[in-house]
Amino acid sequence: MTSPVPSATNLRAGSLPIAGLGAIDCDVHPRSPRRQDLLPYVDDYWREIFMSREIDHLELSGYPETLRPNRAAPDAGNGDAASLAKALLDPLKLDAAILNVTSGVHAIFDPYLAQVLCQATNRWLAAEWLDRDPRLRASLIVPLQHPEAAVAEIEAYAKDHRFVQVLAVVMNDKPLGQRYLWPIYEAASRHGFALNIHAGNTYRHAPTQSGFNSYLVEDFVHQTQGFANQVGSLLAEGVLAKFPEMKVVLSESGVTWMPSLMWRMSKDWRGVRIEVPWVKEMPSLLMRKQVRLTLQPFDGPSDPAQAARAIAHLGGDEMLLFSSDYPHDHRIDVAYWPANLPEELAARAARENALATYPRLEV
Amino acid sequence: MEADTKAKRHVVCRADEIQPGASKRVQVAGRDIAIFNVNGEYSAIGDRCPHEGASLCAGAIVGLAEADEPGEARMTRHGEFVRCPWHGWEFDLKTGKSWCDPRRTRVKKFDLAVEDATKIVEGPYKIDVFDIRQEGSYLVIDI
Repeated sequence: MTSPVPSATNLRAGSLPIAGLGAIDCDVHPRSPRRQDLLPYVDDYWREIFMSREIDHLELSGYPETLRPNRAAPDAGNGDAASLAKALLDPLKLDAAILNVTSGVHAIFDPYLAQVLCQATNRWLAAEWLDRDPRLRASLIVPLQHPEAAVAEIEAYAKDHRFVQVLAVVMNDKPLGQRYLWPIYEAASRHGFALNIHAGNTYRHAPTQSGFNSYLVEDFVHQTQGFANQVGSLLAEGVLAKFPEMKVVLSESGVTWMPSLMWRMSKDWRGVRIEVPWVKEMPSLLMRKQVRLTLQPFDGPSDPAQAARAIAHLGGDEMLLFSSDYPHDHRIDVAYWPANLPEELAARAARENALATYPRLEV
Repeated sequence: MEADTKAKRHVVCRADEIQPGASKRVQVAGRDIAIFNVNGEYSAIGDRCPHEGASLCAGAIVGLAEADEPGEARMTRHGEFVRCPWHGWEFDLKTGKSWCDPRRTRVKKFDLAVEDATKIVEGPYKIDVFDIRQEGSYLVIDI
């Protein structure tokens, strides 16, 4: 079998092939759509805007796909559905793969432009990707800048079960638990969408509470704090309690920080829970029920025994979802189960957990 | 041997020493016990918070904050809980169980009775703490 990531040196490839697991890859990145991709899905006013304002490549600077490790290799197969099948879905024998677009659309200030870009991106995903390979699924891109339009977009795709979750980037305007976003969660929950929180930053604020960092190595780590903030917000504001059927999927979040958040919130909840009496269960239990984490890139130790101990602290491996993060180059061969992750986790994480997370996902 | 397995009754204080809404810590058989008077009803639980050891006796007697929906909080079960003065953990005065983790985080609950003075003098109880006057009521704890 050839490696689906040609540039990768197989530093940590295990011996268990993904092929054979009937795996569902929960985080795959198609190329971001360019202007010529989106123009067929907008009206003549917006065509005029796209042309006159030269709206074309919308790159999220907080998740730059032209830079490593997000940069795809020149011959990566994420340009179209057929190439992706050849590079990833076929060799790994995936039963399904969920496409996540993390483009600059999430950072647009103009609520109407954001709306149109989201609509066009979803239509492009449906026509150019989902229609061309029955194994493909996608995250619905919605304008959090314009909750009313976001709800309308969810309603528009309620019957198209190929869209299995609604995507938000992790570091954005405000904590995701806040009430102005609840109509989005209400619609998503009612139609069985999960909420996907994906790595990425719109730089509305400094990425740390202490100000701007200087280096990329810091930025990677700060994303983790962003995820912790969002889980805390969704819990405390009552989103998890209000929408108990909706799973929250953290993509490219890492895993090993999660147990300490669960412990700490469970402990502090005992003393200050009167502020948030709608949180009726221990936070760690609520998180275990509703929060899910994708496995690539994994932030744990390289020693398999130590990694297994770190994962065990979650208290339940139902929280973990297999993902390749293809075509992002993490220097591993995604055709094999990562060497440092326990192999006994593979069957559940690769398939069963995803089926339990996404009620809309039919395979 | 038989006598040792039976609970011993201890007179711990006069009932009117603990006014409604107040609490008192007593020591009985080497144990610190917090006694609360909630609207004339007495309860006795272990005084040491299982978290860091604060004296629950010094905590506020509170109700329970509940909510069916986010943003719709209300107080229920008025006066049925004590909130630890250090970190706010809540304990059910009737059972000694914490609200957040009733199975694992709890203090001992003691049987407490209010007995008439005359009965105490006449009864077979161990009176090792107080002089019993001939009038009023006393709090009696079984250990």
